[in-house]
Amino acid sequence: MYPFEYHRPATLKEAVSLLRKIEDSKVLSGGQSLIPALKFRLSSPAALIDLGGVEELRGIKLEGATLTIGAMIRHAEVASSPDVMSGIPALAKLAAGIGDRQVRNSGTLGGAIGFNDPAADYPAAVLGLGAVVHTNKRAIKADKFFTGLYQNALRPAEIITSIAFPLPKRAAYAKFRNPASRFAIVGVFVSESTDGVRVAVTGAASCVFRVKQMEKKLAKNFAPEAIARVHVPPDNLNSDLHASAEYRSHLITVMAQRAVQAALAGQATT
Amino acid sequence: MATPNIGQSIKRREDYRFLTGTGTYVDDVVLAGQTYAVFVRSPHAHAKVNAIRAAKAQSAAGVVAVFTGDDLAASKVGGLPCGWLITDVNGQPMKEPPHPPLAQGKVRYVGEAVALVIAETLNQAKDAAELIEIDYETLPAVVHVADVRKPNAAVVHDIAPDNTCYVWAIGDKAAVEKAFAAAHHVTTLEFLNNRLIPNAIEPRAAVASYSRGDDEYTLYTTSQNPHVERLLASGVIGVPEHKLRVIAPDVGGGFGSKIFVYAEETAITWAAGRVNRPIKWTAERSESFLTDAHGRDHATKAELALDKDGKFLAMRVTTTANMGAYLSTFASCVPTILYATLLAGQYTTPAIYCEVTAVFTNTAPVDAYRGAGRPEATYVVERLVDTAAREMKIDRAEIRRRNFIREFPYQTPVALCYDTGNYDATLDEALTVADVAGFAARRTEAEKRGKLRGLGYCAYIEACGIAPSNIAGALGARAGLYEAAQVRVNPTGSVTVFTGSHAHGQGHETTFAQVVADRLGIPIENVNIVHGDTGRVLFGMGTYGSRSLAVGGTAIVKAVDKVIDKGKKIAAYLLEASESDVEFRNGSFEARGRSKTFGEIALAAYVPHHYPLEKLEPGLDETAFYDPTNFTFPAGTHICEVEIDRQTGETRIASFTAIDDFGKVVNPMIVEGQVHGGLAQGIGQALLEGCVYDPESGQLLTGSYMDYAMPRADELPSFKVGLKETPCTHNPLGVKGCGEAGAIGAPAAVMNAIVDALSPLGVHDVAMPATAERVWRAMQDAKR
Amino acid sequence: MTVSISLSVNGRTISADIDPRTLLVQFLREHLRLTGTHVGCDTAQCGACTVHLNGRAVKSCNILAVQAARAEVTTIEGISGANGDLHPMQAAFREHHGLQCGFCTPGFVMNAIDVAQRNTSLTEETIRAELDGNLCRCTGYHNIVKAVQSGAAAMKK
Repeated sequence: MYPFEYHRPATLKEAVSLLRKIEDSKVLSGGQSLIPALKFRLSSPAALIDLGGVEELRGIKLEGATLTIGAMIRHAEVASSPDVMSGIPALAKLAAGIGDRQVRNSGTLGGAIGFNDPAADYPAAVLGLGAVVHTNKRAIKADKFFTGLYQNALRPAEIITSIAFPLPKRAAYAKFRNPASRFAIVGVFVSESTDGVRVAVTGAASCVFRVKQMEKKLAKNFAPEAIARVHVPPDNLNSDLHASAEYRSHLITVMAQRAVQAALAGQATT
Repeated sequence: MATPNIGQSIKRREDYRFLTGTGTYVDDVVLAGQTYAVFVRSPHAHAKVNAIRAAKAQSAAGVVAVFTGDDLAASKVGGLPCGWLITDVNGQPMKEPPHPPLAQGKVRYVGEAVALVIAETLNQAKDAAELIEIDYETLPAVVHVADVRKPNAAVVHDIAPDNTCYVWAIGDKAAVEKAFAAAHHVTTLEFLNNRLIPNAIEPRAAVASYSRGDDEYTLYTTSQNPHVERLLASGVIGVPEHKLRVIAPDVGGGFGSKIFVYAEETAITWAAGRVNRPIKWTAERSESFLTDAHGRDHATKAELALDKDGKFLAMRVTTTANMGAYLSTFASCVPTILYATLLAGQYTTPAIYCEVTAVFTNTAPVDAYRGAGRPEATYVVERLVDTAAREMKIDRAEIRRRNFIREFPYQTPVALCYDTGNYDATLDEALTVADVAGFAARRTEAEKRGKLRGLGYCAYIEACGIAPSNIAGALGARAGLYEAAQVRVNPTGSVTVFTGSHAHGQGHETTFAQVVADRLGIPIENVNIVHGDTGRVLFGMGTYGSRSLAVGGTAIVKAVDKVIDKGKKIAAYLLEASESDVEFRNGSFEARGRSKTFGEIALAAYVPHHYPLEKLEPGLDETAFYDPTNFTFPAGTHICEVEIDRQTGETRIASFTAIDDFGKVVNPMIVEGQVHGGLAQGIGQALLEGCVYDPESGQLLTGSYMDYAMPRADELPSFKVGLKETPCTHNPLGVKGCGEAGAIGAPAAVMNAIVDALSPLGVHDVAMPATAERVWRAMQDAKR
Repeated sequence: MTVSISLSVNGRTISADIDPRTLLVQFLREHLRLTGTHVGCDTAQCGACTVHLNGRAVKSCNILAVQAARAEVTTIEGISGANGDLHPMQAAFREHHGLQCGFCTPGFVMNAIDVAQRNTSLTEETIRAELDGNLCRCTGYHNIVKAVQSGAAAMKK
């Protein structure tokens, strides 16, 4: 690691002011992606602003038709939260399958969304549920939040505070994991709510995306066979060591069908 | 007499320190005034090194020294040697390019060490390493064995313009050609045996120090064979052997990768003398991926000739083996002596011919990895046999039975002579334990769930107990392959055993104590096993090739027997009997109705007030060297069942049965543990693991656990293992060795099961690792 | 820059001034000489560095020591009895031969204790799933799974 300054603010206000004040500073949430980058000297921030002491970023609230989860809530907490399990069981199950057990005990929702790894699981849920990302400045709809490879709509000195998930009628996540990294080779989150059907795919391209064609078919008939012949063309999909674009294209359809099947069966994941 | 220890699953005595975090691994060693080393490594697979500018680094904060290949050359530091000379079919010795610890003039693989930075702290060493400027002139690289002899292929070493290290052959070519010409059926397969990265969980590490007062060096290092390390490293750096002490304390797994003498520990040992400070180097996992010697990487064409009844007539095998950029310590013997000699398998195939071409590429050196040559041979034989059975519509167990060797000793057509075995016993037991009879029903049930279920066999043999020195010498070994032991009886009758067999997970501290306690008739608590320190242990050739108990254990037995012999002489005097009347049993020397306990004899030896000093030296401390008269031949049958997801191609191991014959078993719990671990590595090779270099740039694409898939708990089943005992005929313990069997048998069993599952679709072969996409593609291609 | 931290390690309060880039595992191994916690990789996957942070298993190679300020850290050295008696999970690993070279073992034991504390029923399948953050190259996991099952049962007694 290169040297950096370390700050541990107690409030969001203090965190934002440090972030404004120190050029090239970065927030540290769970650190599960940032710390490896620091270790490999791939990242050299002037300062780390550790959000670990900011109580405002914690908390899970189920109110009416919305489940709100604080940015610093760890994956394991989401996975075991009674509110999440009753409100959006698919989200609890998704969180239970992120990385590995120890990573789930450290990594946070806000960190994962803010980092926007193209193969991460959470972006699929945020987009697939049509959630809203709240920051210290504004509320950003999921459709506007994820903007590209490791890119998102956050501006300088903007910190994710919480994510508000509307409760779906049913939802499920189907993941075909990379056996090495345990990230998604393809992960598909499917939800059905009063606003319609959403199908969000992670792992397959440079950034999480929706498959509108599947959504249309499923809106008419929420059943696996409805999308059996809907294929995302491989042209813009990732092709790497672990899977070709063609295989990913195939897996998107398979995983989407499995997610629909699981949602119908009330299983939350496959 | 107390219950014998041999044959008992005695809990391991080494466990307490490992479980409480009180073991001592190399990285735990801290010496006063210790500095830290960082190696600057080549980012290119092939490049000329035109200049190295280190001045900025040398003057950076905390830097103690910076060294390059020129400094080592100026100090007459030599190259890392290869311990096995293979003679080419043309009668010439293999090509042995120099292998300097720090590159000189050229780099030949990504990760090759180019410079060594030593600083007060690790961060300072890393900071300084970034300041070193190296002018590389990149050259085209050659990576895959298939590309090595293409007309415009890059040349890795000028002394081998066709990138060929050697061409070597074994067997009667004419007899094989004749048998093929007359065959009823010929089965042919072509495949790659995938390249693997060993991945002991403890990364390699070393701490070197120099004492100017004594002119002595001490090296703590992660080694499976500290005496071999001392012998070779002292030669490389030009230090007399007796002035270098090598300590391999607790070592966190080896699997072959810690047999070899590497650049890093050699360079820092030399450097410790130059800077007169202790130096520590610990590999980061990324460095382990780049620089630990890799395993396997064979491209093979194999053919089996059969008569109309499925009797094997002949086998013809052509293999190209990747050596990587330099010859690692035992690299040359792996695809020859440890591979082609095993091609008879468990069968009476009368004629076998194998030709092996070893080639250089711009990749990390390749050397022995768990099984070393024998998994590759087993894969050839057992894939051929399963395929032949399918092609000829003969039951796969039946075709094996028709060809089993049943008379021993059996001289194979590829040099080895099997002393004993019972292949029907392991096959029959495996069929029962795996419930092969119930497989058809399980397959039908799986189909209902959308899964393809397959069953695969592998009846393997291995040659362990490496090795009779005279045979090894005739085959090109530059060292003997005996083992040494010292049994020191302390005055109070407790025993300290010094063994050359290093333990890094195998449980020698328990198993060897069981052997010694039983032989001396003393409580196991009175026996202590010492290994891993050239300053304490007289000599050793180390731990590899499943040799520790068969060779190292036998050396201990020989030394114990010398102790007993001397004890009899002492007892004869004390009991006023003739030596020939003294019998030793149950820990007691007896003659003429009187007896002396082992402890009393020990005390007499060290307090010789009443002792035949005129005839006998005091003390009770014996050494022995044991050189085996033959290899040992563990064998067994593995049966794997897989289920394949029709939609994704994902394969799960539904069950795995391994019935092995390791001869006599000293500690069944430990032996079964060795099998489990080997199976995981073998299943890993079949399903998950594959080292991938970019074919153009030579960059390692599987350079971390993010990209190199290691088997985890949730990808493996619980194994069904069982043991049959056909004792080895030529060592006193009757043992054969068990460390590699799982890794040898599993790959073919898994792949045979996958092909079995897919064969109804018309699939004949799938490459390892059988990733989900590969299996899916095989299914897609079969549809077309 | 140095940062002053104070934390509890194995029940002992520790205060130190450290460079903020010190990883928790470096702090434990190098500053406190608690070398039972091991480093087997640099991408936070092998799990050899697993310790408890406020009672939860985490990878100490992937967390800064400063992040553990004010927290309670337990390492493999902190779980056996004062007289050296093995914790039930340690004892189960020994009983079932759940370790060979021992390098990954402290990480497995620490994770397994956390697994046992958070799961009411442990099937073989759950145990295998819950060990997804630890790599072992020696045992094939077979005996580790048995050890965790037995150790978890013993912890309930």
